[in-house]
Formats: sequence, structure tokens, C-alpha cells
Amino acid sequence: MILHLTLLLTFQLAGEITARALSLPVPGPVIGLAALVLAFLASPRLARAMQPAANGLLAHLSLLFVPAGVGVVGHLGLLGAQGGQLLLALIGSTVLAIAVGAGVFMAVLRLTGDEE
Amino acid sequence: MTEFAEIWSYLSETPLLWLAATLGAYVMGDTLSRASGRKPYVNPVLIAVVILAAILWASDTPYATYFEGAQFVHFMLGPATVALAAPLYANLSHVRRAALPLIAALLAGSVTAILSALGIAWALGVRGETLLSLAPKSATAPVALGISEQIGGSPTLTAVLVILTGIIGAIVVTPMMNLMRIRDWRARGFAVGVAAHGIGTARAFQVNETAGAFAGIGMGLNAILTAILAPLVAGWLSAL
Repeated sequence: MILHLTLLLTFQLAGEITARALSLPVPGPVIGLAALVLAFLASPRLARAMQPAANGLLAHLSLLFVPAGVGVVGHLGLLGAQGGQLLLALIGSTVLAIAVGAGVFMAVLRLTGDEE
Repeated sequence: MTEFAEIWSYLSETPLLWLAATLGAYVMGDTLSRASGRKPYVNPVLIAVVILAAILWASDTPYATYFEGAQFVHFMLGPATVALAAPLYANLSHVRRAALPLIAALLAGSVTAILSALGIAWALGVRGETLLSLAPKSATAPVALGISEQIGGSPTLTAVLVILTGIIGAIVVTPMMNLMRIRDWRARGFAVGVAAHGIGTARAFQVNETAGAFAGIGMGLNAILTAILAPLVAGWLSAL
């Protein structure tokens, strides 16, 4: 478990260093994510070994965004003034993104003749 | 007996109090969510945030003081993002089999999510830091916060917008897909994973196992794509 957590932190660290060294716009942990997928492809044994630790951490993923969410206390004024506009933007764009995503998926499935 | 004020002054100087409060509030939110049968609108994060915000307000505690305790939880977002590699790898065989529809839907869904959010908010008069904070809202929270910081948004505002996006996606996806007569579980799951990250993915898993797996892939891929697209769009916005 400690070994696997160390590996996650090491990949994150390598990602942060890469992002800064090459001044990439992508957050360091995302580079770490991509690198870890490549490492798993190179070594399926590593993937099997890491699975329990990774899933354990992801099972409570939503807990991890509570501290940032509480930051809403600093934006109550803004949300009072523009909350309605922001909510409309969120609802509109989420509905559109789901419709477009699923629609395009189905259209390409039909084109490639892979429909189930 | 020690005065309460003295105990309070001790507590307010250690991270212990707000760390414990964060976990406690989340446990309460999670318990309520489970009791509701995991209804998408009874969201544990939203409940925990409301409880903690009310406590901070009532005790006149600044967010910075709270964050000194809560930062230990917040810190784990980084390793958790890296850990998303595990479900992504586990589902790679699905990705290979439906590669073309996946890539097309990913690009279309991701671009639609970013541009339509910015477009609607812009049309309604939202500008500046608030507008930029909207750009990464469909990406999973740890990634969205990193992107928001990078492009000049407000990470704490983005966190709230991300959570709300997830809840909206989880509520609308099933009725929407039924209305559009889309019955393919891969398409239904993938679309909600791209648009509404982890909260949408959790919802997809409740409805159907395949939908859940594809939602997880959509969330992982969109985390990477949004990290690339949002800075481009933000750069283009600031050049306007």
C-alpha cells in the first residue's frame, strides 16, 4: 500500500516537473496519469498490483473536493449577483454536451457499422 | 474547568478541528445520500459543503483558517488524479473496440461543453475571472482546479461549478437519453462521463455496468483533453 502510494506520488512529481520544465499548459497530475497508463501498458503486472490502492483512493474521490467546494464562502457575493447566469450556463452546456456526445457516438457507430 | 474560549483558541490554531469537521461533514452527506437510495440530487459533496460553510459562517472562521486543516484532504486530489490511470487502463479493451466513436464523441462533447458554457455565460454578461472559471467545469475536479488556476480562473469557484455540473448531468442524463431514443449503453455512459465527470460516472454505474465503464473512460479522456483545450480557448478569449 505504502509502495503504491509512493508510486502515485512519484508519477505526480514527475508530471509536475515535466509540466514546469517544458512549460506545458497541462496540469502535472494529468501528465502523471498519462505516464502511468503507459507504464501499465508496458507492465500489466504493475497494473494488477496498483489496482487495489488506486481503487481505494478513487472510492472516496468526492470527499477530496469538499475543501475546495467550501471555498464557495468566498464567492457568495458573486453567486448572489451572477448565480442565475452561471446556473443557466451550467445547465445549458451540460445538456448540450451530453446530447452532442451521445449523438456523435451513435452517428459514428452507424457509419462504421458497429451498431449493437 | 477550562473556559470554552481557551479550548476554542487551542482548536482554532491546529489543523485537527477542520480536518475532523471536513471528514465528519462528508460522512453525514454520504449517509444521507445512501439513505435516499443514491438519488443524484442528494449529493454528499454538496451536503458537506453546505454544512461546513454554515459552520464557518456561524463561528466567524475565515476560509484560510479552515483550509489549513482541510489542505490534507485537498492535497490527495493530485495522487487521485494519477490513480485515474487504473480504471482507464482496465477499460482499454473497450476503448480499442469502439475507438472511432469514442474519439469523435470525446472531441464533440468536450468542445461543446467548454464553448457552450462560455458562450451562454458570455451572452448573459459574465466576464473575466468568473467566465474563465467556467471553462474546465466538465473535467473531473482535481484536473479542473489545476486548469482553472493555470488559465487565470478562481479554483474555488471552479470547484463549486464542477460539482454543480456533475449533479446536473446525473439528473438529466437518463430522461434525456430516453427522449433521444439512444439505447446503446456505451453511448449513454460515455456522453455523461465526458460532460459530467465522476458524479455522472457514479450515476451511470447505478443504471448499467457497461454505461459506468464507458462513463469512466469518458471522464478520464476528457480530463486530459480539457487540460489541453481549456488553455487554448482561454488564450483565444483573452486575445479577443
